Amino acid sequence: MKLYTFASPATFYHLAGKLIPWFAWSAGLLTLWGLYISFFLAPTDFQQSEAYRIIFIHVPAAWMSMFIYLVMAFWGAIGLAFNTRLSFMMARALAPTGAMFTFVALWTGALWGKPMWGAWWVWDARLTSELILLFLYVGIIALWAAIDDVKRGDRAGSLLTLIGAINVPIIYFSVIWWNTLHQGASISVTKAPSMAAIMLQGMLVMAVAAWFYTIAVALVRVRRIILERERHTEWAKAILEGDQ
Amino acid sequence: MEWASWSEFWDMAGYGLYVWGSFGVTALCVLIEVILLKRAGTDTLRRLKRMQQWEEQ
Repeated sequence: MKLYTFASPATFYHLAGKLIPWFAWSAGLLTLWGLYISFFLAPTDFQQSEAYRIIFIHVPAAWMSMFIYLVMAFWGAIGLAFNTRLSFMMARALAPTGAMFTFVALWTGALWGKPMWGAWWVWDARLTSELILLFLYVGIIALWAAIDDVKRGDRAGSLLTLIGAINVPIIYFSVIWWNTLHQGASISVTKAPSMAAIMLQGMLVMAVAAWFYTIAVALVRVRRIILERERHTEWAKAILEGDQ
Repeated sequence: MEWASWSEFWDMAGYGLYVWGSFGVTALCVLIEVILLKRAGTDTLRRLKRMQQWEEQ
């Protein structure tokens, strides 16, 4: 068995089916653990009081919104370069969850901004570029939905994803490049994190939970797409006839 | 433990609306995604089965 055998939709369909419960249960348990840290272990912040607890969702959601986009762009690039069917299906399966996390990042940001900045929204570089990310997700999903021809849709959507990928570094570095109201990163690879260890731990646990959740729902979605596209193959027919 | 009572917990030092508004809406988004995913899954399966039966006739 070689790695590329998993690139066959038939093999991947069954593999994904086995993996989904593991990722889903891990995501659920990690979320409970993360929520316990967020509300019962993490202390009150001396500046922001209890309102800061929003970051336990906001930061992981914002990370996911950018990361899922990059993964989509990666699969889109692979699909365009090598014409691998499964890559396009993966890109399509990830988009709705990416859009969901982008919305959550913006929503929780607004709810944090109101008590802390005194405004739900400002046209700050970080906020604006994140809003553009949401429009990109929605635009890509709409483009896929609008093109009936599967192959053309795959290519057009992936091309748009790749062009829009320029926005991700803009979001990430916006707090450095421009004078934004949004604060800079609290966590970086080069410096020690500027927050208490337990707060960092809570954010990381929630981030891993978000990752596992994303993998679980994307796998459920990609299985549906695979079955739809492969329905004329023998193995897919067997599945459709199998469980009545 | 940070909280002396449940009412203090729900109040979040006066930031309850913002904190619970964030966690609540996020939970709602996840719930909606999971429900839509389940529904789309059964719909697709039903549709594909019907198409297959129709094609075999």
